[in-house]
Amino acid sequence: MREDVVIRTVCRAMIPFIQLFALYVILHGSSSAGGGFQGGVIFASAFILYVIAFGIMEVRRRMHEKVVVALSSLGLYIYAGIGILCILFGAGFLGYSAIPLPVSAAETRGLMMEFVEIGIGLTVMAVMTSIFMDISVKEGGED
Amino acid sequence: MMEHLPVLVVIIPLIGAYTSLVGGWVDRRYAFPIAFINILTQFTAALLLTVRVMQEGVVRYNLGDWLPPWGIEYVVDRLNIYVLLILLFLSLLCCAYSKRSIGMEIEERKHTGFYTIFLLLVAGVTGITVTGDIFNLYVFLEISSLAAYTLVSSGRGGKGLVAGFNYLVMGSVSACFILLGIGHLYMLTGTLNMADLARVLPPLYTSTTLHTAFVFFIVGLSIKTALFPLHLWLPDAYTHAPSTVSALLSTVVSKMGVYATIRILFSVFTVEFVVGYFPVMEFLSWLAAIAIIAGSLLAIAQRDLKRMLAYSSVGQMGYILLGVGMVNQLAMTGGILHMLNHAVMKGCLFMVAGAFIFRTGFRRIDDLKGMGKRMPWTSAALVIGALSMIGIPPTVGFMSKWYLALGAIEAGQWVFLAVILASSLLSAVYFWRLLEYVYFREGEGGVEGGTGDVPLPMLIPMLVLAAACLLFGIFVSIPLSLIDPVAESLLGGV
Repeated sequence: MREDVVIRTVCRAMIPFIQLFALYVILHGSSSAGGGFQGGVIFASAFILYVIAFGIMEVRRRMHEKVVVALSSLGLYIYAGIGILCILFGAGFLGYSAIPLPVSAAETRGLMMEFVEIGIGLTVMAVMTSIFMDISVKEGGED
Repeated sequence: MMEHLPVLVVIIPLIGAYTSLVGGWVDRRYAFPIAFINILTQFTAALLLTVRVMQEGVVRYNLGDWLPPWGIEYVVDRLNIYVLLILLFLSLLCCAYSKRSIGMEIEERKHTGFYTIFLLLVAGVTGITVTGDIFNLYVFLEISSLAAYTLVSSGRGGKGLVAGFNYLVMGSVSACFILLGIGHLYMLTGTLNMADLARVLPPLYTSTTLHTAFVFFIVGLSIKTALFPLHLWLPDAYTHAPSTVSALLSTVVSKMGVYATIRILFSVFTVEFVVGYFPVMEFLSWLAAIAIIAGSLLAIAQRDLKRMLAYSSVGQMGYILLGVGMVNQLAMTGGILHMLNHAVMKGCLFMVAGAFIFRTGFRRIDDLKGMGKRMPWTSAALVIGALSMIGIPPTVGFMSKWYLALGAIEAGQWVFLAVILASSLLSAVYFWRLLEYVYFREGEGGVEGGTGDVPLPMLIPMLVLAAACLLFGIFVSIPLSLIDPVAESLLGGV
């Protein structure tokens, strides 16, 4: 199956769009349906599709397990960091409007919310990918 | 920073979980110190929070500066802080204990993950105790439960996996029930804040939807606390989990279920509702009484030490719910005191069981002959824990049973009084058998596995808990000074 040119080509064509859609969902989390979790899962599904088409080793080569760990932690640090930044500027945890940016309070809120969504998206994407990689190694015995 | 303590106690372990993951990737040895320092910091934060609660009564915190009925509110009163201190103290000791004990029980490449999940579990249980929002409570309940399923199955061998899977299925069913209950409440009132719910619910007390929601809550929480007929996931999970995890489950995870039950029964619904409109307390008390007797009887029938302790946990959960179910000041005090009591003594006993397994590999009670001489300190901790389980003064076990018995007399429930006395005798039966093997039977010579006690990182938490059994029994006025106002405020209207 891995040699199938149709699957490979279709995946090659689809993966960028899946990832773009994931980014769209993540960045619209603050103002409409969607958000970090949903977007992160969609982003991870791009990797999973890649594994199905090209095999686990190819993905391992492109995205090392340490990168997965680093990304999942980075996402959480972004989230907690912004929360604590708000505390440092004198508001409550995640009280976004306290952060002094040269834009209006509402815009600051929106911006910070998007950063938090990006953080959540990163963690969800990394964890989903790592769960899938762990399971697929045991099933396929490729490692 | 002082005004941010309620949220910091939750955020600290969350950050720590991923920091220990990153640290563990750099070098596997870093994971433990990061986790330990993290819980220590969190415990310090909780102590500072205690000071504030003592001064102010109730500490409130609005997440994201959204005002309460709309945003998530963290509320810390005396009950929260009491439970929080117990949970963090036990988590700290379990974490210290885990350093050496997981060596043989968990594969080395999983150690980093172990501490990450450990801290996520701590974050979850902390969140449950500080939140004042019912949906937030559900989210944290899920975080800690998912972490618990993973920890149960983290050991070597397939039995832990099966036990973890059973726990996962039962726990998810229970989570569904709780979520349905929350959904019904939200549908009915449009609010998720506990204080707000307590305010808007009274006119709806006769509504069938509310009754349905309540039944969902009771069933869901009964599975989480392993109340007798719904306890089937518990023995396997406690028996086949690594020793540290058994101690953590029986102390921290089970307490959080009990705490959630008390919160929902008395702070979301009120005494007026659970006694007057939907008389569930009598039913719960009877179930708890059956749990006490059945748990003790099943414990007598076990030959495996950890399994025996697991069944005795089913009985001990019964004590707490019996105290809560009798709905009077004395019994409630006894029930809440028993939360501390059970955490301390069962934590101690599971650590002792883990120490025996660590040193000799023996799990069966019959194999523990002559341990009193081979591992004197561990066996001493076992004796104190066992005495506290039976309820012999001056241990803390005596005090909580004393209050439960007084509560039963005040409620005029002579059957429950008999149950409490009978179960003390039954626990004397199964602990005496254990002590007899440990102290009065000669061990066969030349047992492999070495002699002497376990390493200090395992021994100290055990001895601290054993000492706590005695200290809290003698100076019982210290926890009682926290519990009395709690029991009074929970029972508010009666």
